[in-house]
Amino acid sequence: MIELAGLTKRYGEKVAVDRLTFTVRPGIVTGFLGPNGAGKSTTMRMLLGLDHPTAGDVRIDGLHYDQLKDPMTYIGALLDAKAMHGGRSAFNHLLCLAQSNGIPRARVHEVLDTVGLTAVAGKKAKGFSLGMGQRLGIAGALLGDPQILMFDEPVNGLDPEGIHWIRNLMKGLAAQGRTVFVSSHLMSEMALTADHLVVIGQGRLLADTSMADFIRANSRSYVRLRSPQQERLRDVLHEAGITVVEAGNGTLEVDGVGADRLGELAAGAGLVLHELSPQQASLEEAFMQLTAESVEYHAHSDPASSPPGAGPGAPSGGVSGPAPGWGEQWNQQQARKNEGA
Amino acid sequence: MSTPHPQQAPAPVPPQGAPQQADPSGKWQGLPGAAYTSPIPIKRTHLGNALASEWTKIRSVRSTMWTLGIFLLLVIGTGLAIAANTEPRDYADVPYTLPAFFGLILGQICLITLGVLVVSSEYGTGMIRTTMTASPQRHRVLAAKFLIFFLVAYVVSFCAIGLVGLITSGMHEDGSVEAAPMGGTLLKGSLYVSLLGVLALAVGALLRHSAGAITAMLGLVLVPAILPAFLMISESMRPIGEKMLDYNAPNSLSKIFEIDGGTGGTSQLWLLIGVTAAAIVGAFIRLEARDV
Repeated sequence: MIELAGLTKRYGEKVAVDRLTFTVRPGIVTGFLGPNGAGKSTTMRMLLGLDHPTAGDVRIDGLHYDQLKDPMTYIGALLDAKAMHGGRSAFNHLLCLAQSNGIPRARVHEVLDTVGLTAVAGKKAKGFSLGMGQRLGIAGALLGDPQILMFDEPVNGLDPEGIHWIRNLMKGLAAQGRTVFVSSHLMSEMALTADHLVVIGQGRLLADTSMADFIRANSRSYVRLRSPQQERLRDVLHEAGITVVEAGNGTLEVDGVGADRLGELAAGAGLVLHELSPQQASLEEAFMQLTAESVEYHAHSDPASSPPGAGPGAPSGGVSGPAPGWGEQWNQQQARKNEGA
Repeated sequence: MSTPHPQQAPAPVPPQGAPQQADPSGKWQGLPGAAYTSPIPIKRTHLGNALASEWTKIRSVRSTMWTLGIFLLLVIGTGLAIAANTEPRDYADVPYTLPAFFGLILGQICLITLGVLVVSSEYGTGMIRTTMTASPQRHRVLAAKFLIFFLVAYVVSFCAIGLVGLITSGMHEDGSVEAAPMGGTLLKGSLYVSLLGVLALAVGALLRHSAGAITAMLGLVLVPAILPAFLMISESMRPIGEKMLDYNAPNSLSKIFEIDGGTGGTSQLWLLIGVTAAAIVGAFIRLEARDV
């Protein structure tokens, strides 16, 4: 159990982590999600006692990290893949870590075997690919066979096979009753591995919810319509009491009504349809929508290439319901910035 | 070299009761929600663990072999070359370890480099975060680094100076002159260069940057040896210049080795001990206060 209480980190004027309060529970994979620069790594460093919090507190089963008498058999962490001396062999890297915690030498061979690096145990770490470095980092985290595991962006730079491996590894570790806390900036990755979700943006807590709830609340389904007789189609749908939203490029979007009913209505009025497709907003979109306000580093794209639903043709704030088009807040923020400039 | 394959199946033959903690095949036995307890016995970690770890670290990188190899080559190589070109009567009132002095003047730079690298390479590579995560008691890690480095540096320089002394006395000891005893030069000479290395380690821990720390240390060793020539020009600066001349590192070593009727260099040694102690205290304070 990891408990954060009002955890804050300030670098001069900049607030990296802003009063974070949440709990990481055992037996499940908790995903820690946020865009780049949201403060995920800073939070993890404070958890591990590497950075001192400006305010607030983080405790592991009621203890500060530096009060743990045997940190590695208690909590294993992968911070970044290359946090090792490149001139040292994989075996010696793990050996010096094991020795610092009094873990027997035989265990080093075991974890090397677990991550599949036995064949290169004697090779220097600087010759390792990113994936191999990641595996070595994970071997270090597993060294003490700890009850809490923490991975900072473990799938970064891995090939599909490696991603698959890490996914199963994390699920397996959690199923054994361990606490698994894993950060990522990829919602799709979390959707596959995490049971619980903590989302932060610009250091602030945006969501602390179970994965199932998040999916239920955020997977918006709608129907996309295209027709050469758009005006008439709108009238027909309006008469039927259906709210239609123009999504730009001549497409209409309808929330909460099935595609079959819409098709029947159009056929009844004798209208030509070029497209009638049920759509499911992905979790990635839900995540982007959630964090759009807090994304720190924007790429400046021209309006023409803006994502659908937020194009220049879309009426501002016109998308009804609980789920506006993704990136909309992004655009609004951009507009505010431009005005300010 | 082959790319490692992931363990799709659990690793076979786990040693006595070792956990299959990373079984990715989905056949684990754990109950969801049941807290996991590590089967590895919980032991309170202590300085001994940190010392073992630091010993593994220092012996498993190439830079240690290079710097100590060059140090030995310089001290023993130049020492023997000089010994071969001296005569028995040259050792009247000087110790037989004297030829080692010339190699040490250059060799001390090797120990400075190693001292800096012991700590700054961890900051440069990011290893420090892994180290401090494994041992959150930061002072223990730094203390282990100081101890292990000091022991290595002291043993190596003691052996190098001693070897030069033994060979030289074997070559030139014929009873014609009475040489000064070499025990003091052996103990104090190796202590002096080892402490320079420890000071470099402290500076490395303070600056956290290899090139910066090595440059600072070279400045500390060389500037007081060069500057007095200029300070002596001005009458008001003369006292400072004289002190520098007296206490700079090469001159301190020459005093320890009884060159020009040296005084044994005890006060120079005390100065270095004082400076090093201050730097060590600074390094510990900064280590605890700063983020890694």
